[in-house]
Formats: sequence, C-alpha cells, structure tokens
Amino acid sequence: MALAGCAQESTPTAATNSGDCSKESLATLTTGKLTIGTDLPAYPPYFVTDDASKENGDPASGKGFESAVAYAVATGLGFSNTDVVWKTVPFNSSYAPGTKAFDFDINQISITPDRSKVVDFSDGYYTVNQAIVSLKDSPIANATTVAELKDANLGTQVGTTSAAFIEDVVKPTNKAQIFNDTNDAKSAMQSGRLDGIVVDLPTAYYVTAAEIPNSKIVGQFPAQAGGEEFGLLFGKGNSLVGCVNTVLANMKASGELQKLQDTWLAGESAPYFKQ
Amino acid sequence: MTTDVQGAPAPGTDIAYVDPTRRALSQKRARKNALSGILSLFAFLFIICFIVSRTPGWATVQETFFNYEEFVKTLPGLLEAFLLNIRIFLIAEPLILILGLAVALARTLKSPIFLPIRVIATLYVDIFRGIPTILVIFLLGFGIPALRLVGVPNDAVFWGTTALVLSYGAYVAEVFRAGIGSVHGSQTMAARSLGLNMWQTNRHVVLPQAIRNVIPPLLNDFISLQKDTALIAVLGPIEVLRQAQIDTSSSFNYTPYVGAALLFILLTIPMTRFADWIQLRTMKQRRIAGTS
Repeated sequence: MALAGCAQESTPTAATNSGDCSKESLATLTTGKLTIGTDLPAYPPYFVTDDASKENGDPASGKGFESAVAYAVATGLGFSNTDVVWKTVPFNSSYAPGTKAFDFDINQISITPDRSKVVDFSDGYYTVNQAIVSLKDSPIANATTVAELKDANLGTQVGTTSAAFIEDVVKPTNKAQIFNDTNDAKSAMQSGRLDGIVVDLPTAYYVTAAEIPNSKIVGQFPAQAGGEEFGLLFGKGNSLVGCVNTVLANMKASGELQKLQDTWLAGESAPYFKQ
Repeated sequence: MTTDVQGAPAPGTDIAYVDPTRRALSQKRARKNALSGILSLFAFLFIICFIVSRTPGWATVQETFFNYEEFVKTLPGLLEAFLLNIRIFLIAEPLILILGLAVALARTLKSPIFLPIRVIATLYVDIFRGIPTILVIFLLGFGIPALRLVGVPNDAVFWGTTALVLSYGAYVAEVFRAGIGSVHGSQTMAARSLGLNMWQTNRHVVLPQAIRNVIPPLLNDFISLQKDTALIAVLGPIEVLRQAQIDTSSSFNYTPYVGAALLFILLTIPMTRFADWIQLRTMKQRRIAGTS
C-alpha cells in the first residue's frame, strides 16, 4: 500500500474516465501522441517487418499481431498512425511498480494478480497457452503426457508466466534453467543443454517454423484454471484504461480482433499434453 | 649482571621487552579508548537511525527493500542457490592461482628459445584482461556448446567456471609477476652464486618472498571472484542472483536483492578481515626482522 501511494503521486488519480473518450480529452503522456512501449528485440509473429536491416524487429511496421492490435487500438482512440510513438521498455521493468514512460505497453504480457497489484491491465486481447518446443532429436520430442516431462531439462525467460508454469504445473525433478531472455534459452536448447523450452504457443510456432528448422512443438498445455490472457499494460491509476477497454470490446464485437488473430497467429493446433 | 626483572622474557627470544608498569598503563589507556570508541559508535548509530527514520520516504524504502516477512520467506531459497556460488569459487580459485603462477613464470623466462612461450603468455594476459568477464562467459558458455563438439562438456557451470578462471587468471598472473619483480635482484644473484640453478632459485628463494609480498592483492582478487560468480546467472543455472531475480519478479519487493547482497557481504567480510590481519602481521614481522 505504501508502494501504491508512492506510485499514485505522479500519475492521474482518476482511475475511471467520465466516459468521454475523444482524442482531445485523453490524458496521454504527450498531448496528441500515443506512446506505446514494447521490448527489443520485437519478436515475430507479434511484430513482423519486411525490412531486413531491422534485425531487432520494427514495431512501427504495423505488421505482426501485436503491432496490428496496437495500431487498431490507437485508431479506435482517434489517433492516426503518425501519432503513435514507440518506446523500448525491457519486459521485466514493464510490469514493475513505478511511473511509466509510456501510455501502454504491449509485449505478450500476461495478466496476473500479482502484477495487477502494481500496474493496471486492459481486458485481455488474446488467450494464451503455454507450449514446449524441443529439437527433433530431443529425449522429450515425442512426449504426450506431463509425466514424461518430469526428467527433462527445461528452460525459459526469467519473470515470465512460463517460468512460473514450469514450477507449478510441470514440476520437473531437475530445476528449470532460467535465462535473461528467450534468445538465450533458444541458444541453450540448440547446444543440447536444454531438452526443451517453454514459451507461449504463437512464439512456439514462430520458433519452429522460421527460426530453428530442426525443432518441433512437443505439445501445448490445456488452459489452466482461470486461463491466461495477454493484456495491455498501463501504469497504476492510468485513466486511459476505460477508453481502451471500450475500443477492445468494439474490436471483439466487430470481429476485427479475430481477423487479426487469424492473419498473424494462424494454424495453431498443436497436440495437448495429457495429465 | 642484570637483575631478573619480573615479567621480562628470557634472553634470546624475539619479543620486545616492555616494562610491567608501562604495560599496565598502556592497557588501561587501551581499555579507556575502546570504551569511548564503542560509546561514540552507539551514539552515532542512534543519531543516524533517528534521522533516517524521520525522513519522508523511509516507510516506502523499508517496505520495498527491508521487508522482514519477504526476507524470511526468500532466505532459504537464496541460501540454497548461494551454495552454487560457493562451489564455483571454491573450484575456481585454486585453478586461477595455478594458471596465474604458470603464466607469470612463463613471462619471466629469459632464454630466447622461450620466445613463443613468452608471446603466448603475454597475448593471453592482454586478451583476457581486455575482454569484460561477462563477455567471456557469453562466448564460452553459449558459443562453445553451440559447436556441438564431441567429448566437450555442455554444462553451464563448467563453462562459466572456465570463463572465470581464464579471466581472473590473467589478472592474477600480473599480480604474481609484480611480486616476482618486487624481490630484489640481489636475492637471485646470491642464490646463483651459491650454486642453485634457475629452477631451484625460483622455488626456494624468489617465489616464497614474491608470494608473501603479493598476498594482499591476491586476496583482493579472490574477494572479487566471489562476487563475479553471480555472472554465471546469464548461462541459466539458478545461483543466488537469479534466484533473487525470480523472487523479485513475482512479488515486486526488492528485499530478495538485499538478501542476496547480504549473503555476499557475509562471505567476503571474513576474507577481508583475514587479509587485513595478514597485512598487519607482515608489517610487524618486517619491523622486527628488517626488510627483506
């Protein structure tokens, strides 16, 4: 509570908007501009770019699931594409308490109760399942049940729901290896140090399809109780949340969100692990 | 001839003689000094605590960094992870000393036939003092397993420890070289004129003095190594820094970081006091025996 008090000193105290979501009345960081945060590198299929020189991804391309969703939300709020400013925000610092240098952050951030205590989330824009990727010759490449994963050496990025997932659901006998980012985890898997990595399903699809040719999706986990959803992340007490939720609800109702999912996250039907 | 004064040491021992009255006076003064020192320390601590606890942000800082429940909850996990750090530096330190000494000796070889060895040793020192330790850890820890060579171990802790040994070996080699250089040339000349060959000179005359001279900087590097074991976190194994990071990323309370820092300090303080003690003892010995 002392933390919340500290955070509220510097953000607008009104948590709900009076209902006026016109562009002029939105309390953005910079008037007339919408500042959106995401991490570097910006991974496909969430951020896609045709520009080969942009090795770290290009959120401003408008292509890729999250880039498209971000621009759709901006349009729904009344901003044009040129009004959108992108900011690099490391994943771990996005959901940490403190003042934010962005209006919202979109970076495959799952809504969790712990995080919701210190930041605000919009409604979910994608329901995410965890999946395991392994090399084709890995000992767990053909696992179909969770029990077969007990002896595996798994790894993932620090601070992610994947890391908590390994501990809570898979519970392997060897402690999971935790890396600074997914790239390091992929390197460890390719060198044979890990039997598999745990990532969300769309990332798993991109890794197996485009990044690591001799890898495969071992399977995906059925949604746990309560489900896991990606949400847009706001600083605590940010007044934009209400308006953004209205825009998201419109996008869901009109089918636009589903269309974006089908365009960028198509073909997701990996086998489910059995208990 | 001399009266047997009570308390005087037997002749021939190397303890300096102190008159009993003078000793009693100096002990009394030492006790008074100690007492006033302790009183002053407590008064200082009290004033600091008073001022700090009255500052406006203190409650927040205490909640975020010094949360007792969070500390107690995460301490067992941190301790377990810290065992990995301890294991790493206990294995690394002897290897570093051996490697450093070997490289230092290699650089002091005089004969022209040994030029390739001197060049390799110099290159090794230059390269590994120039590259940041974390970069070496990345190169070895991710790069070499990626080659998938047969027979080469894949373990993260193995490559992390190797990277630390290579990196610190370069520093320690220079420390040893400075130690060898600090032994006066006359020692070598005297040893040679007594008929010892180069190897015996080094082994019995130069190196004992050289090593004794550089024990403080070596202990310094050892303490630094203890802290740098935390860098191995980037390769995946859960050592104390990574464990603190995992704890922090779910609760957003930074007390685990403070806990990890505390563990490191508790480890290095005995080492630093030991280093101080060695330095004091060396100075005392020098004063009595005369400089070497």
